[in-house]
Amino acid sequence: MKFRNTALALASGATALALLLSGCSASGGTTDSTKPVTQAEIDKAMNTPTTLNFWTWVPDIQNEVNLFEKKYPKIKVKVVNTTGGAQHYPKLRAALKAGKGVPDVAQMEYDYIPSFTQTKSLLNLEPYGADKLKSEYVDWVWNQVSNSSGVWGIPQDSGPLGTLYRDDIFKQAGLSGAPATWDDFAKAAAAVKSKTGSYITDLPGNDMFQMISFFWQAGAKPFSYDGKKTVGVDLDSATNQKVVSYWQDLIDKNLVATDPDFTDAYYQGLAQNKYASWLVAAWGPVFLQGTVKSTSGKWRAGDIPQWTAGANVSGNWGGSSDAVMAATKNPIAAYELAKFINNDEASTVMLANKQFLFPTTNATLTDPKFVDQKSEFYGGQQVNKFFAGVSSTVDKKFEWLPYMDYVNSSYTNTLGKAIANHGDLKAALAQWQQQVVSYGKQQGFTVK
Amino acid sequence: MTVLSNRARAARASGPARTPRRLDGAQTRAAWVLIAPFLLIFAAMFLAPLLYSAYLSLFTSQLVGGEVFSGLANYVRALQDPSFWAGLGRVGLFLFIQVPIMLVASIGFALALDSKRVRGGKVARLLIFVPYAVPSVVATLMWGYLYGTDFGLITQIFQALGLQAPDLLSPQNILGSTMNIVCWEFIGYNMIILYAALRAVPEDIYEAAEIDGAGQFRVAWSIKLPAIRQALLLTLIFSIIGSFQLFNEPNLLANIAPNSIGTDFTPNLYAYNVAFRNQEINYAAAIAFLLGIIIMIVSFVVQTAANRKERQA
Repeated sequence: MKFRNTALALASGATALALLLSGCSASGGTTDSTKPVTQAEIDKAMNTPTTLNFWTWVPDIQNEVNLFEKKYPKIKVKVVNTTGGAQHYPKLRAALKAGKGVPDVAQMEYDYIPSFTQTKSLLNLEPYGADKLKSEYVDWVWNQVSNSSGVWGIPQDSGPLGTLYRDDIFKQAGLSGAPATWDDFAKAAAAVKSKTGSYITDLPGNDMFQMISFFWQAGAKPFSYDGKKTVGVDLDSATNQKVVSYWQDLIDKNLVATDPDFTDAYYQGLAQNKYASWLVAAWGPVFLQGTVKSTSGKWRAGDIPQWTAGANVSGNWGGSSDAVMAATKNPIAAYELAKFINNDEASTVMLANKQFLFPTTNATLTDPKFVDQKSEFYGGQQVNKFFAGVSSTVDKKFEWLPYMDYVNSSYTNTLGKAIANHGDLKAALAQWQQQVVSYGKQQGFTVK
Repeated sequence: MTVLSNRARAARASGPARTPRRLDGAQTRAAWVLIAPFLLIFAAMFLAPLLYSAYLSLFTSQLVGGEVFSGLANYVRALQDPSFWAGLGRVGLFLFIQVPIMLVASIGFALALDSKRVRGGKVARLLIFVPYAVPSVVATLMWGYLYGTDFGLITQIFQALGLQAPDLLSPQNILGSTMNIVCWEFIGYNMIILYAALRAVPEDIYEAAEIDGAGQFRVAWSIKLPAIRQALLLTLIFSIIGSFQLFNEPNLLANIAPNSIGTDFTPNLYAYNVAFRNQEINYAAAIAFLLGIIIMIVSFVVQTAANRKERQA
């Protein structure tokens, strides 16, 4: 076993070296390939025996890859499961830094795309035909993978925000459904606490993306990046101040819990009625089904509360694309793989129904095989159909900084800490802003 | 280890009597050939990475603009970095509280076992040592569950007794909770080292002491403890280094109590986060180097102080 690993490592090292050596000529080719690739070139590439390396942490993606290999028998795909973002990006950056062992196709969360376009590590997919796919995807999702200079990945999944709530606890508190506005939500929080003893929800101090999904839903634009050297940081905006002040009020009145999410204690809390709802993305329903089976049938899905009565705006939490690395020797085949996995009808329906990735293509979001499913866990509600509706209400434009890792760790030390310690959220928001700005400057960016 | 230190003492005692014999050419060559495998691996696995990170620490890299030589700028930055000092302060506190508790407990257990008055001594020895055999990752996860704020065992016991359970994972208590885990892991390990040293003390000294009318406590204080000085010093130095390098436990507890353990909880954790989250590998190399220097200084000071005391004694 050990020997095999060594042999494998040596072999991959050798191929990587070969890639590197031939890379010199290939990179010269990619820079002037801004003109569209022709169908003849695609046919030729897809009929040439090729091996593609594909790094992702989607479980069982081999099933979708098998569909691809069936369609293009000459192309072999080697899937490497990188087990999760925390391992995936450092590994990818190490490979990029070393200049060898870089995969052809890699999973890329939306908020990570700028960090890799900044280092020019991603291939612009426009010349390969990606610009023609725009109309097939939900518009706000497409904005996540593209900017004025190109298309940097093919959207895989998304996380429009909704409210998953415990129908039984809500009824006990005299509520008929998910609160329509944030004001209603605050009133409901008081009712739930006094009548049932549960917290209406949990505001985790360790999860930046939960907070950002609230910012997104409120219409804030905290980040911007021009793709070159200029970033914009507007975390301490009036909108965000409004959001954190709202939560400050609920925290001060002890109406929301502030436990870290995705920990053992958190799952226990969900199972044991500590929290009556979860303001979560479209991937939440299946996640709950797996973790708190004992509460089956008691959950329902509803809209996220609104800041303005009568409005219908949502935010997003999470989601990935598949990107082609600029170092690839086989850009056409690599693009076709990224596209097939996330565009082919059979593959996208499989991703949605088997791996429970919330779809990004209009076709799958209206496909009866996906939306007509009824969920026992949600008392027979068509949860997929519900969230497919939410997807069209997500605020369209939301950008990221090219250094979200830092933004995230800074969050835990500032705003996240204030949430956990029931401190001053507004002051912490300002501190977060200040840290993110000074890191940007230190890294040589011009900060607006 | 005691065997070693005893032998060292014996060598020192007979030192002046022996004059080192000169090696001839063939012997010198043979010596080099024999130590070559060690030297090669030492150079490749230890010196090379060390030199490489020293080299890295002299550069500054930016996301925009790339890498430039910056001399000692990273070190200056680290010395002014409140996060670095906060982490160092935390492990300092850890050192001053946890290490004495752990070593006193280890000495106590070792003396108790050595007194032969404990029934089932072999079983007790094994039981105290077992936690060391549990990987620190597993130990931390296990304690993490026990600490759990709502449903952990400790909380449940408190609730069953009708008491208010302490939040052992809160920012105020997390350092103490970490100390407890490290104590649990290493008391047995240190006890074994000390116990082995005690076993090496010749029995006739005890007999002589008994004839002189010394009781068990007097024997322990005046004979046993001085006899295991070297072993004690060894466990102390190991514990100091271990405290400064604290990483596994806080890194794992951070998953369970993310808001109690910041990215700069210990200097090692900070270096790791700077390298892999902030992408400042050069700065991380400087922090790691600086930490290494501090550990060397502290260990050196402790060792010299202990040796000087021994010479005086």
